[in-house]
Amino acid sequence: MPDTALEQLKRSGRIVVVGASLAGLRAAETMREKGFAGSLTLIGDEPYEPYDRPPLSKSVLLGRADADRTLLPRRRALDAEWRLGVPADGLDMAARTVRLADGDTVPYDRLLIATGVRARPWPNEAEGELDGVFTLRTRDDGAALARALAAGPRRVLVIGAGFTGSEIASACRERGLEVTVAERGDGPLVGALGGVIGAVAAELQREHGVDLRTGIMVTGLEGDATGRVRAAHLSDGTTLECDVVVVSLGAQRNTEWLTGSGLGAGPRGIACDAGCRAFDIRGIVTDDIYVAGDVARSPHALFGYQFLSLEHWGNAVAQAETAAHNMLSESTERRPHLWVPAFWSSQFGVNIKSVGVPSMGTEIMIAQGSRAERRFTGVYGYQGRVIGAVTFDNSRWLQFYEQQIEATAPFPLPFTTVDRRSDGHKPMPADFPDPSVPTHGPTITLSGYSPADRRITFTPAGH
Amino acid sequence: MRLVVDLNRCQGYAQCAFLAPDVFAMHGDEGLLYDPQAEAAQRERVAQAAAACPVQAILVDELDLAAAGEAPDA
Repeated sequence: MPDTALEQLKRSGRIVVVGASLAGLRAAETMREKGFAGSLTLIGDEPYEPYDRPPLSKSVLLGRADADRTLLPRRRALDAEWRLGVPADGLDMAARTVRLADGDTVPYDRLLIATGVRARPWPNEAEGELDGVFTLRTRDDGAALARALAAGPRRVLVIGAGFTGSEIASACRERGLEVTVAERGDGPLVGALGGVIGAVAAELQREHGVDLRTGIMVTGLEGDATGRVRAAHLSDGTTLECDVVVVSLGAQRNTEWLTGSGLGAGPRGIACDAGCRAFDIRGIVTDDIYVAGDVARSPHALFGYQFLSLEHWGNAVAQAETAAHNMLSESTERRPHLWVPAFWSSQFGVNIKSVGVPSMGTEIMIAQGSRAERRFTGVYGYQGRVIGAVTFDNSRWLQFYEQQIEATAPFPLPFTTVDRRSDGHKPMPADFPDPSVPTHGPTITLSGYSPADRRITFTPAGH
Repeated sequence: MRLVVDLNRCQGYAQCAFLAPDVFAMHGDEGLLYDPQAEAAQRERVAQAAAACPVQAILVDELDLAAAGEAPDA
């Protein structure tokens, strides 16, 4: 028997999407594709239509695209009501309303939360407000930083050598600017890809003229009399003169607006089931609230049902489509979000791509090419299976390893690979940093509870 | 016209850089840079690039395409 409530929802229901970026837009488009004819409201804290963020740390900083010209293409007309420039600041689950910062309330029958993340600010607020100190997440950030780089600073300091920090350093060098990168860990990208690959990334930076300093923390920023940053103090006791500082210390999840709502939301994101339905704080799944994109944390069957939260462009698209489908489907028609994690980065002329969850890997094997040539495929192993892969300028191999991950192929690889070089065919420790020691924070965080062992692990906040 | 390339899919075949060089450019051996908001005059070339992409990684705004009479099912 068809679900009459569902039919009514599709015909004349009210769907509200909080978060008007990539995930929110793709979800809204998918709802219309599925025949949703009711009212659709998109709420966004920024005053802009959904735009694409990856160009902000690449083309925009190189001066090849303007930050205000990265609006996302539409797959179809949406016929939606846009509430842009006003953040949501509360949720009443019983009354089914979202409260906006301007005091308005917006009622919903189904709610999708896609509020994403924001750049983690410099911990010292006064220092963070000095002229010349930037973070990079939004279109306004991108425009401001691009202007600062175009003005020809004498030295740029990038704090944190994750993907964004490394891309910023790359753009600086390409513009001929002097740049220092200060990284608390042993090398760039170690949180996401481990020390073996981090060592390659470090060589790449130094070859391109980056003053890379690892195992170093920035202990303070110093301004001049006019409030402009002029120097940074480092943990080795030295002082570095710089007139632009980019704080690139990862992201924080936008969940504060849900505090007290009863939804299972916190600094680690919003927990949801594999069908994108949000959990409340009692651990009971809700029927009418869904989550997608960077702010979501959901169990993945392929990775031991661990809760993955992925700040990946492709995840935002895939999870949004799944959430939208499930919001408008009967329970037996719902689909799990089983996307295999994948991301890319472009830095120092090298195209870096990855699939699976490298940070779960304990070992790595160079299967194609060689590290010395900066063209290779690294395959990560975990408990005797292939768990992830990374390529440097070797992306056509990635699809093959994605299939190996999906098929839980054994590790070390049982087959002889082609294009094998001096790095050989030997697994070695992947050399990920001890997760209990804070570094810049990986892009993927794992927390362990699975349906098989119903343990609930409480991990205190403090990011 | 707005466009986006799914760089998870992109494998650097460079067909787009050949067909619409003012919009797409290779950056290094395998990386791709593109103008996310191409000039209207590039519409025809961008549509060709999107159609020629071996991994179908280029998404062009449906409404822009419809305006050009290129939309397959609009």
